Amino acid sequence: MLEKALVGSRGYWRWLMVLGAVIVLGVIAYLYQFAFGLGVTGLSRNVTWGLYIAQFTFLVGVAASAVMVVLPYYLHDFKTFGKLTILGEFLAISAVTMCMLFIFVDMGQPTRVLNVMLYPTPHSLMFWDMVSLMGYLVLNTLISHVTLDAERNAVAPPRWIKPIIILSIPWAVSIHTVTAFLYSGLAARPFWMTAILAPRFLASAFSAGPALLILFCLVLRRLTRFDAGREPIQRLAIIVTYAMLINVFFVLMELFTALYSNIPEDAEHFKFLYVGLAGNATLVPWMWASAVLSVVALVLLVNPKTRHNETTLAAACVAVFVGLWIEKGLGLIIAGFEPSPLGQVTVYTPTLPEILISLGIYAFGLFLITVFYKIALSVRGQVAA
Amino acid sequence: MGEDRRRFLKLAGLTALCAAGKGSLVRLAGAESPAKGGAAKKKIRWAMVVDPRKCLEKEACTACIDACNHAHNVPAFDNPKHEVKWIWKEPFADAFLDQDVRYIDQALTTKPVFVFCNHCDNPPCVRVCPTKATWKREDGVVMMDWHRCIGCRYCMAACPYGSRSFNWEDPRPHIKQVNPDFPTRTKGVVEKCTFCDELLDKGQLPACVTACKEKALTFGDLNDPDSEVRRLLRSRFALRRKAGLGTNPEVFYLV
Amino acid sequence: MRDRAWIFIGLAAFLALALAPVWQSALHGAARKPEPKIVTKAKQCVEPTAEMRRNHMELLNAWRDTVVRRGQRTYLAADGKTVTMSLSGTCMSCHPNKKEFCDACHNYLAVSPYCWECHIEPKEKS
Repeated sequence: MLEKALVGSRGYWRWLMVLGAVIVLGVIAYLYQFAFGLGVTGLSRNVTWGLYIAQFTFLVGVAASAVMVVLPYYLHDFKTFGKLTILGEFLAISAVTMCMLFIFVDMGQPTRVLNVMLYPTPHSLMFWDMVSLMGYLVLNTLISHVTLDAERNAVAPPRWIKPIIILSIPWAVSIHTVTAFLYSGLAARPFWMTAILAPRFLASAFSAGPALLILFCLVLRRLTRFDAGREPIQRLAIIVTYAMLINVFFVLMELFTALYSNIPEDAEHFKFLYVGLAGNATLVPWMWASAVLSVVALVLLVNPKTRHNETTLAAACVAVFVGLWIEKGLGLIIAGFEPSPLGQVTVYTPTLPEILISLGIYAFGLFLITVFYKIALSVRGQVAA
Repeated sequence: MGEDRRRFLKLAGLTALCAAGKGSLVRLAGAESPAKGGAAKKKIRWAMVVDPRKCLEKEACTACIDACNHAHNVPAFDNPKHEVKWIWKEPFADAFLDQDVRYIDQALTTKPVFVFCNHCDNPPCVRVCPTKATWKREDGVVMMDWHRCIGCRYCMAACPYGSRSFNWEDPRPHIKQVNPDFPTRTKGVVEKCTFCDELLDKGQLPACVTACKEKALTFGDLNDPDSEVRRLLRSRFALRRKAGLGTNPEVFYLV
Repeated sequence: MRDRAWIFIGLAAFLALALAPVWQSALHGAARKPEPKIVTKAKQCVEPTAEMRRNHMELLNAWRDTVVRRGQRTYLAADGKTVTMSLSGTCMSCHPNKKEFCDACHNYLAVSPYCWECHIEPKEKS
């Protein structure tokens, strides 16, 4: 089926070239990091995880969100999402691949990464995270390949794939739950040690992921003959709306508990995020931007008029995605380290190599999505006229 | 020779798996260290008692830090973000963030104290390590295997005491005077105090304890009721850092 | 069939590259077999020389894990003698010439054990 990706319009190739160039830049930056060590990043003894691990966390959510189209279609026989499931699964594959790459570039000794499998350690959540991510990748690769192959041959998918698809639903929930457990089990980090972390992760995932899917559908309609249709997009918009409402609700719960109880070690992390702590306010403008974006998104989404209008819906989806990226892909990880267990606040600003490597991984993910969507649409004969 | 090769392979495989089967390792059985005193003796639980008041007598003294840094080739980085620390001074109030020390003896609480790995009895760093590169020995020492560490820094996120350091770059050029008897580290691994396991295995005291002329650091077996550490803990009140987390630190601070 | 010429050119290029080691050594003569220089104080190594030559890496790995992970530092050799398990302390005290002893073969075989990234090699008079 891969041969479908090898023929395409000029625009297709140009886009892949652009992505390829960004990937090459990322690889060069990574070689520099590999040679010098992680000291080329802005990380420090106190802020030991930063941009890489935050992107990993955010993208696990994007990967898990595929379940939001798969579940209604397969469990509730919701036919409207029929055209979208393959897009969701391909998005999941790309996102999981990016997750793994972000973990890999964060390793101090990348050549020893197989030690995680050579010395399996069930009491470490990182071991389980590896198991669940690998499993999710295999499941989605298998499912998308088998269903698309069946579609190409104009036959029904084999029956044995159904239970595997059903399995992928709880598995999607598990990848983000286990990722939340990575953080929420640490007594050293009160900011993360909250039972609501996993539910909050899922809520933000189920709004950011489908929002991205809506944007992809709108872009595909412009560039190709694939039209997801009005109905599926509106249905996705409702999912985004509810998930976003729940996410904002959860964040407010967190803020109330921490700030009203006013236990310093809980409250200080939120102060760092929203007003600055010990003269360090690097994230404050970002976090308020995120708050404003979330409110704007909710206004546009809750109001039926703006939700039904695809232009304002697109704006709302961008606001959801960017707002949650700031919340989860910047604030959530960094604030866990500010202040440190010894009360210190250390400035963390990602460096150029760190940003280039991250962009390179995102470009690689987009590259995969482009190729996968190209294949899917070629099979359906819906590539650009 | 084929026989020997198999034995080697078995040996390597077994030790890698950390198998306890004594039979296959007969040839290593003669290796019981004097510090352990043989299998017949009851279990040792190493602990340290710090007497910060003794440090106050010579405030500028860094004998323990210097001895440790030299013994273990601890690098000195100019960039504070890349710092590597095994034993260091921390303001009393920061070391004991969970204690309200405002009105306690200011002579003590406004001064720094020495902090290092607490060698917790219930170490969160060990729980999270995905490769068992850090683990708790039978005698309570929380060890590091720098051959196995993948540098994920999960242990650093899990340590409630900030006791762990990461090699953000090659430490070698930053070691003032290299001690050839102890390895340096490579970039990309985590390190911390190991209670001088290399000396304990030879029946000696940790380097910092030996270096302190004021006897501010007392090292001993917590399971032995007659040990010096137990005697000190009986006679004076001692704090442990963040005792409420249940990590059970085995480093005590006399107040 | 128009591409036949290209296919054969491609195949030839591939073969030439894949067989590079063969024609390289035919052209320049095979690289000389390394002869590590064994400087030693004792009559015999911890195990017989032939065994050391073949299995020293496994022995060193076993030593490493036994010392670091089991806290046991004395090795009981097959002939009953005991030695301290230490790369820089035991091995290199007998064989202080790392360049001729270790590197000679390792370079020839293009293996790069990471021992010396951390362990400190003995000072050599070069």
